[in-house]
Amino acid sequence: MKKQKLNNLITLGGTSVLCVVMAVLYSVGALDGNHMLKGMLVLIGIHIIWALSLNLTVGILGELSLGHAGFMCVGAIFGGTVSQIIRANAAECPPGIRLLITLVVSGIMAAVFGLLIGIPVMRLRGDYLAIVTLGFGEIMKSIANNIYLTLDANGLHFGFTKPPENVDEATAKQILKGSIGMQTPQDTNIWWVAAILIITLFVMMTFINSRSGRACMAVRDNYIAAQSVGINVTKYRLMAFTISAGIAGIGGALYAHSVPMITFGKFDYNFSILILVFVVLGGLGSMRGSVIATIILYALPEMLRKVNENIVNARMLIYAVILILLMLWKNAPFFINLREKIKARFKKSDTARSGGAEA
Amino acid sequence: MKFISDIVDGISLGSIYALIALGYTMVYGIAKMLNFAHGDIIMVGGYAAFITLSANWCPMWLSLVITVTVCTLLGIIIEKLAYRPLRSSPPLAVLITAIGVSYLLQNIALLTQSANPRMFTSIVNGVPPFLQVFKGRGAVFFKENPYKAEGIKSDLTISTETFLAIIVSVIIMVALSLFINKTKAGKAMLACSEDRGAAQLMGINVNGTITLTFAIGSALAAVAAVLMCSSYPLLTPSTGSMPGIKAFVAAVFGGIGSIPGAMIGGVLLGIIEILAKAYISTQLSDAIVFLVLIIVLIVKPTGIMGRKINEKV
Repeated sequence: MKKQKLNNLITLGGTSVLCVVMAVLYSVGALDGNHMLKGMLVLIGIHIIWALSLNLTVGILGELSLGHAGFMCVGAIFGGTVSQIIRANAAECPPGIRLLITLVVSGIMAAVFGLLIGIPVMRLRGDYLAIVTLGFGEIMKSIANNIYLTLDANGLHFGFTKPPENVDEATAKQILKGSIGMQTPQDTNIWWVAAILIITLFVMMTFINSRSGRACMAVRDNYIAAQSVGINVTKYRLMAFTISAGIAGIGGALYAHSVPMITFGKFDYNFSILILVFVVLGGLGSMRGSVIATIILYALPEMLRKVNENIVNARMLIYAVILILLMLWKNAPFFINLREKIKARFKKSDTARSGGAEA
Repeated sequence: MKFISDIVDGISLGSIYALIALGYTMVYGIAKMLNFAHGDIIMVGGYAAFITLSANWCPMWLSLVITVTVCTLLGIIIEKLAYRPLRSSPPLAVLITAIGVSYLLQNIALLTQSANPRMFTSIVNGVPPFLQVFKGRGAVFFKENPYKAEGIKSDLTISTETFLAIIVSVIIMVALSLFINKTKAGKAMLACSEDRGAAQLMGINVNGTITLTFAIGSALAAVAAVLMCSSYPLLTPSTGSMPGIKAFVAAVFGGIGSIPGAMIGGVLLGIIEILAKAYISTQLSDAIVFLVLIIVLIVKPTGIMGRKINEKV
């Protein structure tokens, strides 16, 4: 237990230091020479937040959620709407407070969606759960692509599949334009991302090491055994799923305020898979792994773009191969035997050496 | 008239879904895994057919044979290399591997065939003369290409592709039912899906049977690919993923593991999708299909024809 605490402390401390150093370097302008890195930092941070939140469902809860992008989408929609309403009605509100309100609202709304979706979804397991989350993700994306919101002097007008009618043309301001997306105020900066990232990591670790987190892992390792020792399986599964959705939503809101124009077509099945790749390659259930894997897998292809354009195109191909090999390496009997053999050989040579020393 | 035309289109699309869903449901029934790459085998089949059809030396029958062979071999290779080593692994690992395979196929296609959509030439060249007798005012039964003739929606227009898809699917389903119920290999498949361990004790070659299942499923996917690309001619590396997932929905709808269930589920889902496209919203038709899945799983998780399996400790 003590070792685990130390490990967590290292992860949290290391990530915090990295975040703060990067943020300071960014703020003092030390990165001005490197435009690519400068542009990437915020996005890397947001992707780490997403990977951490997905790791809670996949790694700790042991259920494959393929609709994670749907929750990011929910966060982005509510966040973008709230911030635009504030911008229109209270222009003097400082961007920091505006973003804070936005993040709180989007986190809560994404968590509510997570809860509502989790209630039916968490009755299922395994393949069914994966496909249903995929379905929910696609539904959320489709609906998001068809929502139109217009703000005028009378308030907010809502239109589905077509722009709302009977708006006051003089004061009308389109907030959300279906598949065209929305233009949000650029409130996200590196300090916000760093702060949210550290808070997310802290929340995750606290949750995992709490009674609830241990209950989730017990459910993951053996569903029936967990049930039989009196763990309220559905409650803990729902709890983890909701937290995961909420954090994904906060990430989505941060993202929506860091790009000039956000379209919801981005949050599709493939995007969920990309985040899943980060989580799986970082190690299921390992927060540190998620952080490191996201940084490497996000930054490396961009770095290599300079060297060779084809590497970027082959990126997903390489990820796919690594994904398959990693699963085989960890689970296939052939590779397990191979690992045992290698281990045994090392042990033998160790004992041989020590035996030789004694003699 | 439009309604009847939509229903016929729905049955046609649904029979393609049913062909794909058969592959899913057989594999799920026997190997107890969700083969995410099944949809991408369709895509590979589409490209194989596209490349061979556009080559001058290749007659149509040969191109169909090549397509089916390529897909069958691909299915067997995937099963041998990726899925067999993980047969007794936790479901999460298998699922992630399947997603990996799906991505691998998509990206290989992306790199070798580029992301630009290809126009698939329909395997039906023109309209056979005997289908043209119905040409007349208000009842144009068989037209060469219904998508060019958007203006005459009020007529009953059935393309030859639609017709062909239904006929071929019916033939294949009958053949498959006979194969499974009458032959030794088919009965071995049933036995494996019932209880793999007991089947092995009875001297059935379980690994061979699973490979056979993958081979049959992939061959069906190849047929579905040709039919689908003839009706919906745009071919891209991600062509297969959505129909694949929808076919899985169809398999769940009909009751996973059940072969008649996959057929019924596929046809119903096709009709639902086309009607949703025609009368509700084109953009939301995918969402409606998934809504069907969610409602089915909440109300009756075993589907129309499925059986409830109790979990044993």
